[in-house]
Amino acid sequence: MSYRVEPRLYAVGAPDPESPVLVTANYKMTFDFVRRELGGVDTWLLVLDTKGVNVWCAAGKGTFGTDEVVRQVEATGLARIVSHRTLILPQLSATGVAAHRVRDATGFRVVYGPVRAKDVPAFLAAGCQATPEMRRVTFTLSERLTVVPMELAGGAKFSLAVLALLFILAGLRRDGFSVEAAWALGVRAAALYLAGFLAGALVTPVLLPWLPGRAFALKGASVGGVLALVYFLCQSKELTSRAGALDVGAWLFLLPAVSSFFAMNFTGATPYTSPSGVRREVRVALPGQALAAALGLSLWFLSHFL
Amino acid sequence: MASLRYLEGAVTLRLDAELCIGCGMCLEVCPHGVFAMEGKKALVADLGACMECGACALNCPVQAISVTPGVGCAVAVIQGALRGTEPCCDCSQGKGACCS
Repeated sequence: MSYRVEPRLYAVGAPDPESPVLVTANYKMTFDFVRRELGGVDTWLLVLDTKGVNVWCAAGKGTFGTDEVVRQVEATGLARIVSHRTLILPQLSATGVAAHRVRDATGFRVVYGPVRAKDVPAFLAAGCQATPEMRRVTFTLSERLTVVPMELAGGAKFSLAVLALLFILAGLRRDGFSVEAAWALGVRAAALYLAGFLAGALVTPVLLPWLPGRAFALKGASVGGVLALVYFLCQSKELTSRAGALDVGAWLFLLPAVSSFFAMNFTGATPYTSPSGVRREVRVALPGQALAAALGLSLWFLSHFL
Repeated sequence: MASLRYLEGAVTLRLDAELCIGCGMCLEVCPHGVFAMEGKKALVADLGACMECGACALNCPVQAISVTPGVGCAVAVIQGALRGTEPCCDCSQGKGACCS
């Protein structure tokens, strides 16, 4: 199924030369949402060629950009179809479009509409006035949950490699390789690793506003730390043996490290973290995560190898 | 979101008040309410809320605003550091980048 819409000028309802012109991307979902949210309002909808990508991402990449707006205004002969000279662009296209340059090139003034399509009718009814809420991007729980599956999928490849490593290390003995041990210990380690992964890639995003610190690495480490504590309490009987103590010690490092790492990765899926902040966070947290992971992995390996 | 704040000290956003003509475009395009109008000039009311998207700098007709936008993806930062390049998102998964 194609998710692209043909870029051109569309009529929504029965617009006339006085009707407003809304500009949007040619991602099918965007196009459908805009038309649906317009309800019965008569407008022109100028669909740009954003390669089937949504507004904000395309603007960031430059495809929903000044040049494309100018190109489509000219290609569609918009100036001969409408009597006014105003284009209403989605607010989130502003990262790719310079309003004053569109005006200079086409004679059309750019007004930025609301962030969300559902606010367009109210925006138009108020004479192209937006309330502050219409201009804010949020990151509510349901919005966070929407991007979690992408994070889980993104971490899958890396996780498979880690799991393979765990199974191999689990089977290593001083006298060779044991398949039974690889399986028995491997499954256990895999389960714990996955718990850490979910702590960082699912639990942290869900609990984001309530977890300690601003840095995602810290928020993730706290969830992983709680997980490690639970494991410690469940395994308290094992602590009397050297193997048991080494194993528990290992996960006290590994669970926060894994959770912290995947939580830090979640910064890329948020609409509020600054790249400068992320760079700082990675610079500080990544070495710590790597060290803790190396330490934890060593302890875990020693717990069954010795 | 009022309850979600990130690391505020790293933000590179700067507004040159001398150049500002008070057109209000920065207020119109900002998704996090960073700017406010005071009299005939705009000012940065909440620097820490800035996500460095660059919309304000791009839409300021007199280039009074500067910010260094970039990929805010930790994966991209790590990949870039490993390759010695700018942060780059390897979300291509083999065929065509996921967001282009």
